[in-house]
Amino acid sequence: MDGSGHRRAALTARTAGLVGCRQCTRVSPLGTELCPRCGGRLESRDETSLQKVWAWWLVGVMFYIPANVYPMLITRTVGRSQEDTIVGGVVELTHYGAWGVAAIVFFASVMIPVGKFIAIGYLAMIVRKPHGHKPGHLLHLYEVVEWIGRWSMIDVFVVAILVALVQFELLASINPGIAAVCFALSVVFTMLSAMSFDSRRIWDEIETVTKEGAE
Amino acid sequence: MTPSDDLVCCPVCDTLHEIATVPDGIRYRCVRCNTVIAVGQPEAILRIVVLAVTALVLMIIVIFYPFLELRNGVFTSRASVFETAMSFSQGAMAPLSIAVAAFVIVLPIARLMALIWALGPLSVERKPLPGAALALRLAETLKPWAMAEIFMVGVAVALVKLADLATLNMGPAFWSFASIVVITAIKDTQMSKHSIWTALDTAARR
Repeated sequence: MDGSGHRRAALTARTAGLVGCRQCTRVSPLGTELCPRCGGRLESRDETSLQKVWAWWLVGVMFYIPANVYPMLITRTVGRSQEDTIVGGVVELTHYGAWGVAAIVFFASVMIPVGKFIAIGYLAMIVRKPHGHKPGHLLHLYEVVEWIGRWSMIDVFVVAILVALVQFELLASINPGIAAVCFALSVVFTMLSAMSFDSRRIWDEIETVTKEGAE
Repeated sequence: MTPSDDLVCCPVCDTLHEIATVPDGIRYRCVRCNTVIAVGQPEAILRIVVLAVTALVLMIIVIFYPFLELRNGVFTSRASVFETAMSFSQGAMAPLSIAVAAFVIVLPIARLMALIWALGPLSVERKPLPGAALALRLAETLKPWAMAEIFMVGVAVALVKLADLATLNMGPAFWSFASIVVITAIKDTQMSKHSIWTALDTAARR
């Protein structure tokens, strides 16, 4: 099982009176501002972490709404004009019988963003006060969220490729819709939100819980 | 406690570890959160540099050669990666063009150059260049923003969407880009923060 051999409380850099560098893993005395090895900024814990998480999260959610309402792609074929939203594009892919690709796009543009909003919100809520969750599980959740967030950009790149390629003057042309911008911004802001989260806080509250329990 | 070279903190959960030397082929993981902390891989630096140089050369091919070609009876349309990035350049979409260019071309190249600057001299057993620490830190910061591999999946999706509209041909740049994605993935498995920074420290003292 996870770490069953190491059930005793681990010694952290903070309890040892040190501050660890998250870039190069070197430790310095508590209070040092710049890492002597890599020059990165040192902070034992990012105190404003959760504020930043929520701020970026909120902007991310705000941009995700117009991204779904407005068209992503505007296709013009002889005399006809068709506007596709994110979900509309997925539905169209299933008409071609391309179920696999439709699943990828749906996963990247709908499941991942929505799942991320929920997961980040959940993590940021939970680490504020002592919690009974297994830190290993929370970390897995956080790592998945951090790793998978970039993949939402797929749809923006698809739009860029289609727009660049399909420019046949009168015959057929594809143009980007305003949703492409909103969606790209939403992805960037949620990535920033996930990055602002200080993973060390997942364990901090666990430590307080075990300490209180011992007394 | 006093800091020393052997004292290593886990970048994910702040647990302290004492790691002096890492035997070849051994991976040290954090006792608390299981993150890989150090990798005993003496060839790692050389491999990273070789892979980064290869990826950089391929990247140059990617920018200058056509990427995809679309043929529809009389009409032909060609696009390079650069043109793809510029496809939003009209009107209100212009900032998106800059962002796509950054994610797909500029940041991946910047990251490769920073890695080569920081680790290149180490791989041939020289002293590191000035600013090596800054370059290495930059390469790490840029990691999530370099999205070449995501662009590749985007290409696959676009191919399916266009399949019945016209005939598609993949240019040399397409295959170069596909290789870059694979090479970058292999390169990133070789990296461990503690091991690389220790190597840089040792080289600076040389």
